[in-house]
Amino acid sequence: MDTFLGYERTNGSVGVRNHVAVIPTVACANGVVGLIAREAPGAVPLFHGHGCGRAGRDLELHVRTLTNLAKHPNVGAVLVVGLGCEVITAEFLASAIEESGKSVQSVVIQEEGGSLKSAAKGKGVALGLIESVGEQERAEIGIDRLVLGLECGGSDAFSGITANPAVGVVADRLVEKGGTVILTENTEMIGTSHILERRACTPDVAAEVKSMIQTAEQRTRDILGPFASMVIAPGNMDGGMSSIQEKSLGCIAKGGTSSIMQVVDYAGVPSSKGLVLMDAPGYDTESTAGLAASGAQVILFTTGQGNPMGFPLVPVIKIASTSRLYRSMEDDMDINAGAVLEGRSLSDVAESIIKLLCRVLGGELSKAEKNEQGGIACLYVTGPSF
Amino acid sequence: MEQRVLIIDERDNVAVALEDISAGTEILLPDGRKIRSVSDIPYSHKVSLAALSAGDTVMKYGEAIGRAAADIEMGEWVHSHNLEPMEEM
Repeated sequence: MDTFLGYERTNGSVGVRNHVAVIPTVACANGVVGLIAREAPGAVPLFHGHGCGRAGRDLELHVRTLTNLAKHPNVGAVLVVGLGCEVITAEFLASAIEESGKSVQSVVIQEEGGSLKSAAKGKGVALGLIESVGEQERAEIGIDRLVLGLECGGSDAFSGITANPAVGVVADRLVEKGGTVILTENTEMIGTSHILERRACTPDVAAEVKSMIQTAEQRTRDILGPFASMVIAPGNMDGGMSSIQEKSLGCIAKGGTSSIMQVVDYAGVPSSKGLVLMDAPGYDTESTAGLAASGAQVILFTTGQGNPMGFPLVPVIKIASTSRLYRSMEDDMDINAGAVLEGRSLSDVAESIIKLLCRVLGGELSKAEKNEQGGIACLYVTGPSF
Repeated sequence: MEQRVLIIDERDNVAVALEDISAGTEILLPDGRKIRSVSDIPYSHKVSLAALSAGDTVMKYGEAIGRAAADIEMGEWVHSHNLEPMEEM
């Protein structure tokens, strides 16, 4: 696990895929993006539901998320598809992408004279970009330049016993080798603030950890009211969880045991190596989009009930918490951490994850990629639109 | 008869039952030690690896998950009936 074969980018980042991303500036352009992606095989559409109708914190959040997704290391070149009258314009997004040194072109639907003309022009542009990125070859890269995103979705009583601790062993290994690991889903950290604060590298980082988790808990109480205990109290007492600490420890076990070096905002790109926390909610789709925007080249995703989702730009590797799930959804599951319940050691399962991870970094498709589970990018929102 | 349990961290004083364990069953620990269950322990629930006094810290994942709300015997089922959270949530 010392090196992998990746694509060097001019801004110093490294991709494990060489995608041509077709990105709508606004949801109104999704249709044209779909037409282009159909006509230009290999182009990756990044459908999303935003780009207009918001101001303040959410506008800032969406500008950062879309810009950072477009600048993602797994993206070799970008085609931006704008409508023309939206808040986040094609011109704005393209210039932000250009600053990163990435090749970018734009098509604006109102300027081209409608969807079919835009799709025809976009197809030509996309095919040209696909040809040009195809010339780049993979080079041997140190594993310290890997940013690994961690996610859990559809957890069960065994997620915290098998899949999450096994991923934690992988996280510790990568941190030891100088890489970066991003742990998120602050709703799943409620009750463990004191533990995570203790692991922070400085008092300032500890204060940021505390504030992030306090805010997450307050938000959960505000949204759910009398039902907050369904999230804040142990999820499933029948599964043997006896306290909120025990439940959340099972979730944060994915991050391993190393020091917390930094807390970044949703979709923020870490400036530190080592274990980093990202401020994103527990909702899988939104936290996965945040992890991708923060530059994670690959995501390890643990699941107990079985979640098939991936992400358009990033290989997502699925780790099943039980053999029962692995067998019933084998088309979607990459690794069976349930083997721990049959006597396999956590480090042994971690070793299997590392082997697969290395192959996926080098180009082997994860099951979510094979099954085209990219779906749409769900961006985090904090308030209503206007 | 031996029953398998999982100890997640070496600092833990509880283990996770990998199957339903009935009272009076001999449990083999990974280090070769044997303990005997003194109560039924449901699948995926916790069993105490040591005799704990009320107020003692219960450790899982190498961290405190709560305090013993009463004295707990070695081999006893540990759950919300005899474990209280570390702080009021």
